[in-house]
Amino acid sequence: MRKLLSIALAALAALVPMAAQTIVIENATIMTVTKGTLKGAVAMKDGKITEVGEKVMVPQGATIIDAGGEYLIPGIIDCHSHIAVDGGVNEGSVSVSSMVDIKDVINPEDISIYRALAGGVTTANILHGSANAIGGKTIVLKMRWGKDAQGLIFEGALPGIKFALGENPKRAGNPQGGRGAAAAAVSARYPATRMGVEDVIREAFNQAKAYKAEWDAYDAKVAHGEHPIPPRKDLKLEALKEVLEGKRYVHAHCYRSDEILMLLRVADDYGFKIRTLQHVLEGYKVAPEILAHGAGASTFSDWWAYKIEAIDAIPYNAALMQKKGIVVSMNSDDAELMRHLNTEAGKAMKYGGVSENDALAMVTINPAKQLGIDNRVGSIEVGKDADLVLYDKHPLSDYAKVEKVLIDGTVYFDRDKAVSEAKATAAEKQKLLDKIKQSQPRQQPARRPNG
Amino acid sequence: MLCGLVLAEGPPVTAIHNARIVTVSGPVIAKGTVVIHNGLIEAVGENVAIPAGAWVIDGEGMTVYPGLIDALSTVGIPGEAPAAAAAGRGGGRGQTTTPATTAPAATQPAAPRSMGPEDRPQTTSWVLAADEISPSDHRIETVRSGGITTTATYPTHGIFAGQGSLIDLAGDEKAGEMVVAPSLGQYISVTRTGLGGGGGFGSGFPGALMGYIAYIRQIYLDADHYKLVKDAYAKDPRGMERPQYDRALEGVIESKRILLPANRVVEMDRMLRLAVDLKQPVILYGMREAYRAEAAPVLKKYSSPVLLSLKWAEEPRDPDPEADQTLRSLLNIDQGPAAATMLKKAGVPFAFYTDGIDAPRDLNRAVKRAIDAGLSREDALRAFTLSPAEIYGVADRLGSIEKGKIANLVLTKGDIFDSNTRIDTVFVDGKPYKPAAETPPGGRGQTTEEPGEIR
Repeated sequence: MRKLLSIALAALAALVPMAAQTIVIENATIMTVTKGTLKGAVAMKDGKITEVGEKVMVPQGATIIDAGGEYLIPGIIDCHSHIAVDGGVNEGSVSVSSMVDIKDVINPEDISIYRALAGGVTTANILHGSANAIGGKTIVLKMRWGKDAQGLIFEGALPGIKFALGENPKRAGNPQGGRGAAAAAVSARYPATRMGVEDVIREAFNQAKAYKAEWDAYDAKVAHGEHPIPPRKDLKLEALKEVLEGKRYVHAHCYRSDEILMLLRVADDYGFKIRTLQHVLEGYKVAPEILAHGAGASTFSDWWAYKIEAIDAIPYNAALMQKKGIVVSMNSDDAELMRHLNTEAGKAMKYGGVSENDALAMVTINPAKQLGIDNRVGSIEVGKDADLVLYDKHPLSDYAKVEKVLIDGTVYFDRDKAVSEAKATAAEKQKLLDKIKQSQPRQQPARRPNG
Repeated sequence: MLCGLVLAEGPPVTAIHNARIVTVSGPVIAKGTVVIHNGLIEAVGENVAIPAGAWVIDGEGMTVYPGLIDALSTVGIPGEAPAAAAAGRGGGRGQTTTPATTAPAATQPAAPRSMGPEDRPQTTSWVLAADEISPSDHRIETVRSGGITTTATYPTHGIFAGQGSLIDLAGDEKAGEMVVAPSLGQYISVTRTGLGGGGGFGSGFPGALMGYIAYIRQIYLDADHYKLVKDAYAKDPRGMERPQYDRALEGVIESKRILLPANRVVEMDRMLRLAVDLKQPVILYGMREAYRAEAAPVLKKYSSPVLLSLKWAEEPRDPDPEADQTLRSLLNIDQGPAAATMLKKAGVPFAFYTDGIDAPRDLNRAVKRAIDAGLSREDALRAFTLSPAEIYGVADRLGSIEKGKIANLVLTKGDIFDSNTRIDTVFVDGKPYKPAAETPPGGRGQTTEEPGEIR
């Protein structure tokens, strides 16, 4: 039994990555995204890129990875994901759930993290769901598989908050609320219309402004040497106060052009910024207004018509918004789609004729800009985090496979290792299944309650 | 009454003579005497004189152990704990506590929909188990027959369910006489079903785990603010708006520690961090994945004690043949009972709790699995006696056989956790009880004292 345990644990432990060190990746086709594409080498030390060029200094004791001419790109960044969350992504019981925080429920053992790695994703914006007009607080994670919850958090990245417009927050057809709440047993949750969604956001910020004024007055008194009793700290309004102060990014789920304009006006009225519009399928219709507000757009390539409000979409959306000057990214919103965001980016070339580099930017430097982390990640440049993906073929090709993924100069995914481990794990699982079956041969059938 | 009678009021002094004595706190006494007087251990040792007039029990071939302590239980609160009151503001303490034998929560009207933490949903933090104890709870006799003399009994319904109390399982006493320590800590859960079920869908905030955690955080922020305002008002009420009385916060403030659930390693890390943020001493309960190598470093970082459920992970009964079990769930089944060994090795203070395993036979089997997985018998016994006493700060009166401690003892023929061991007598507060005839597994089929008595 002890032996069996040690093998099983070894299989799990093998997934834990090797430690950061001095690494040089040689003989690679390096797509830096910001500084063109070149054939050469990348050197990294202590998690940071130290040199990029046709020839680099190989420090003593460096581990050398021969890329064999394969493609090296910056780690893919997903601006909209719900993986690695425990106990539900929606606190949908209330219209404003800004008191809840994804940070509290990170699940570092969600296998989706490892699978996202296998698809070249190194950073993801983990969002609350879209059940309510103002949702929960969000957090940016690095896919450091094997670390604990705190170890995944992208240190220094500004946290966000989820907003949602349209069908989801007004919950049409959902028996839990809105217009669908016909059953007497279930009380309806406001709002039931798009007008109501706007009202919820405005009302919440009315409260937040009053709350902020209360705290500002308190802070002013303290600054004058007085000792008043502080106001009650309200987690819900605290998050919105941070939005008003520019300390928390707003990521807003939206589809239709009218509601996009509505939200931008509300934000202007209350003096805060929408950092990104998520999905934003009709963004191509209101691109100048989005640009004027300064919001980024994070969209799908060719995924639409899954509901009425997502009907008037075109696959040229990303390209059109990009041409207007908006920072555009492609996101997944889905654990499976997350594993091939590279091909999603490729579709921007087919629909709208975006250049190869600009297409790749939509899953690397652009989402980095949207999340305010482009000084750290999103391109292969000296001084940036050594978050790198090695593909066997051109990364925008359907046939490209991820060979290796590095985060902070540490290898977190290695295809050859993963393939051999998968076999070992399956064998261990079978052994355990057989053992458990054997140890419980006399298990009684489940007892049924009488009557 | 059919069985398990109190033998007699008995003479004031009892002596167990010539028995093997497992003191837990000290070395085993191969042959010695324990003298019980006034519900306390008056003397213990090899050469202890038997007082004149004592009732002498011949302990030849028998072993005396300290009474077992179930570190987390609902025994003593029959039926359902009071339903969670959604609107907790206002009202005096204990005002709405339901009589102990009310109908199950399912038949009670649904609580009003909660729109946020300020509605204090699913909170009865002011409930004190000691106030809810009913000596007639039939489970008292069931678990006592397995050697459990003391339970840390908690209300378990809702998020802030209330405060637990340590009670001695003397079923014929007045409730107040059973209480050893009235206030152990606040029982907190983060799902809609506590130890004994409850709640339901559609009752509003919170719905997701992050909602529960936000709610808990807000309660402690509110409690801090409440204290500030109350103190200021007490100092000088003149010209100051009178602060509102909030029984939900009163209950939270007076709790000396909190109990938080954690089965997975991820949950242990999450809950220990939460307790640090809340600045509350914490005891984790559950601990299903404590066998994992990853658990020890997490637990050691915080030096909080933990309560280990004896309900080990099992193969699901009648499983879906198409369902794919994860490697983790298989490891949980195979390695789960090694959790105690791991905790011992890591030096994490831990105690067992029965988690609803009431029948003595099932309990023995569960402990046996931990022993088979590497835990020494001594450590298994300690996790059921002195360790829980230490965790709850009552090792000065319970948990071992020492002079001056409460006379909670188990007299057995054979080693306590062996399947063929017979428990001869259980002493609670010095009073002897004979174990009930073996009940079917799960404690079903118990007779009740009065026809129609609601369980």
